Amino acid sequence: MYSEKFQESIKKVEAARDKNIALEPRRMTADEKEQLLAAYHPDYKQDEFRVLTVGPNKGEKVPKELSEMLEAHSRIRDMKIDLSSPAYDVDVLVIGGGGAGASAAIEAHEAGANVMIVTKLRIGDANTMMAEGGIQAADKPNDSPAIHFVDAFGGGHFAAKRELLRKLVCDAPDAIEWLSELGVEFDKDKDGNMITTHGGGTSRKRMHAAKDYSGAEIMRTLRDEVLNREIPVVDFTSAIELILDENGNAAGAVLLNMETGEIMAARAKTVVIATGGAGRMHYQGFPTSNHYGATADGLVLGYRAGAKLLYADTLQYHPTGAAYPEQIFGALVTEKVRSLGAKLINKNGEAFMHPLETRDVSAASIIRECSTRENGVETGNGFGVWLDTPMIEKIGGAGTIEKRIPAMMRMFEKYGIDIRVEPILVYPTLHYQNGGLDIDEDGMTTNVKNLYVAGEAVGGIHGRNRLMGNSLLDIIVFGRSAGKNAAKKSREVTLGALTLSHVDRFEKELEDANVDTCKVSPKLLPDYRRK
Amino acid sequence: MENMVNIFLFGKKYQVPDNLTIMCAMEYAGYQLVRGCGCRNGFCGACATIYRIKGDQELKACLACQTKVEDNMYIATLPFFPLVKQVYDINNVSPTQQIMMQLYPEIYACIGCNACTKACTQGLNVMQYIAYAQRGDFKACAEESFDCVMCGVCSARCPAGISHPQVAMLARRINGKYLAPKCGHLEDRVKEIKDGTFEELIEALMQKPVSEMKELYNNRDIEK
Repeated sequence: MYSEKFQESIKKVEAARDKNIALEPRRMTADEKEQLLAAYHPDYKQDEFRVLTVGPNKGEKVPKELSEMLEAHSRIRDMKIDLSSPAYDVDVLVIGGGGAGASAAIEAHEAGANVMIVTKLRIGDANTMMAEGGIQAADKPNDSPAIHFVDAFGGGHFAAKRELLRKLVCDAPDAIEWLSELGVEFDKDKDGNMITTHGGGTSRKRMHAAKDYSGAEIMRTLRDEVLNREIPVVDFTSAIELILDENGNAAGAVLLNMETGEIMAARAKTVVIATGGAGRMHYQGFPTSNHYGATADGLVLGYRAGAKLLYADTLQYHPTGAAYPEQIFGALVTEKVRSLGAKLINKNGEAFMHPLETRDVSAASIIRECSTRENGVETGNGFGVWLDTPMIEKIGGAGTIEKRIPAMMRMFEKYGIDIRVEPILVYPTLHYQNGGLDIDEDGMTTNVKNLYVAGEAVGGIHGRNRLMGNSLLDIIVFGRSAGKNAAKKSREVTLGALTLSHVDRFEKELEDANVDTCKVSPKLLPDYRRK
Repeated sequence: MENMVNIFLFGKKYQVPDNLTIMCAMEYAGYQLVRGCGCRNGFCGACATIYRIKGDQELKACLACQTKVEDNMYIATLPFFPLVKQVYDINNVSPTQQIMMQLYPEIYACIGCNACTKACTQGLNVMQYIAYAQRGDFKACAEESFDCVMCGVCSARCPAGISHPQVAMLARRINGKYLAPKCGHLEDRVKEIKDGTFEELIEALMQKPVSEMKELYNNRDIEK
């Protein structure tokens, strides 16, 4: 139930509902989109970025908050770390226990490697678990990997590394099959056909889902498989620095027990960074839909060891974060709500845009509606626009919401809002790190050997914006591939003496560049204590 | 003006604004969480919590990230619960009742007390899905348990020592792999890709200048 102050606007939304359902809002032209983005998208706010003064991307701009972490001191500065008898010694070390890390570990294990996972929280505490809407794959007769390629390349502003995108779209059907064989329950009709929908910017209905628990269903299945294979999972342990060998190749990591503070070393022939995203960096003060540990750790580890970043200046603000009530401020309202027919409506009851433009365009459009156009609804915590969920029941029939988006229904029900009969308020939330470490087609970083990256920590797969459903896809495709390749490579590797000299070198670089900082990184966790 | 309420974290009293979730109230009180905090959005089950309101007999369970504080709430988090997870090879199980008897025989010791269902933080009918598992109806068990976040509160309340979330996990994987109808168009597409059906098309896209790609993208046909 909404309080009195919302009722006037809700009445307008209700009155216009039938008309708005029938309306097919025009899609924006390429020029309109460009102008909108330049004026309203957070990535275009120049004063929110800083130019890096050290490291492989010196001279390039990244978000201010990220630059602080990339140019911070190491957590092991002035520490004596004994590398002579590491606590762990494996073929493949996977850093991160989300969907990419779990996929990598399963495939490395399948290939016969001695693999282990270290993860900062628990296995499955990851953005994968929270992905709601679905996973793309061009597996319907009217679709093809080539069409998928064009959708994703255009949606990412023609900036994706094409060889990575080719891999993403061509390996997609096989990824779905792999997951199905592991027991992931995709939504199907009685004949086994996948029930698929559109996402923003897709030209074919290729979004596969498991209700609106798509990521959770995938993650819990992968976790179960990791445990069945008895792959060691060292939880509540974060990697705080990579270890290289004397030849400059990745050779392990320095680990920190998050509870006891104990420092340990892990030696490995190959390392996979699968540390995920950065929502908890709260770039530009945005709330986030991300899990508690999303603090860009992998970018910091890789950067200090000499790996290059690609597109670290582009973030994805999911157009529909919850704007009300405040207890769920910033939480994800899946794009699937729009895929099922709900439209974005301003305070006057007007459908102000096509609901399935790409995410960056949709986010910018909502920001415009709530700022210069003054058509946003005051929430008490800022502004929002309506996402008219009751449309879904009108279009799909009564019961559609409970069947297709039960998590959304539950999330709002807890605060007395029945999304089947009442619309919800949304505003963009920090959702995804488009950029990350630069990799080649095998998943290895372009300038540190034996260092692989998979999942959200990678940059370049999607370009400068990502389509819905291509992230669950990339963690599986690139996770699996990194695991296989890291396992294969580990058989050829003869490790030289372990060293942390790159950390000292980086500290020296900071000093030479006159970087004056008291910060240490990686961040590991945000601090929400009352100040 | 913020309304303040008294809460008791592990018995210790704190005053916090009444609009906070239990998780945010702990942070407001000064806790830097490591355990018992995962997705902060009700999907991961990291923040299982039990509480009692002073003067009320009933012990309640919830997810700390999804529940508002109340006055005189006595709160204890349950960041870990030792669920029993049996190890099995998904490629080597048969989708029959037998597998439940073999891996999780304790489900047949269920006494029907319904404490699991009453405790479920997701409002699921836990006892019912265990009943489905007992009779080998994996499809029904999978459906009934689908929204489970594996927080473990049900198992904490179970006198028979059942690890309900793990039973349901097994049922869902069996259902997904063996019982759900196979997807013909998926198998066809995987084969087509292996056979190189799309190679030429994709290779052409790899070479095209960006201007042509823009043309292609801006004029593509969008399925209704």
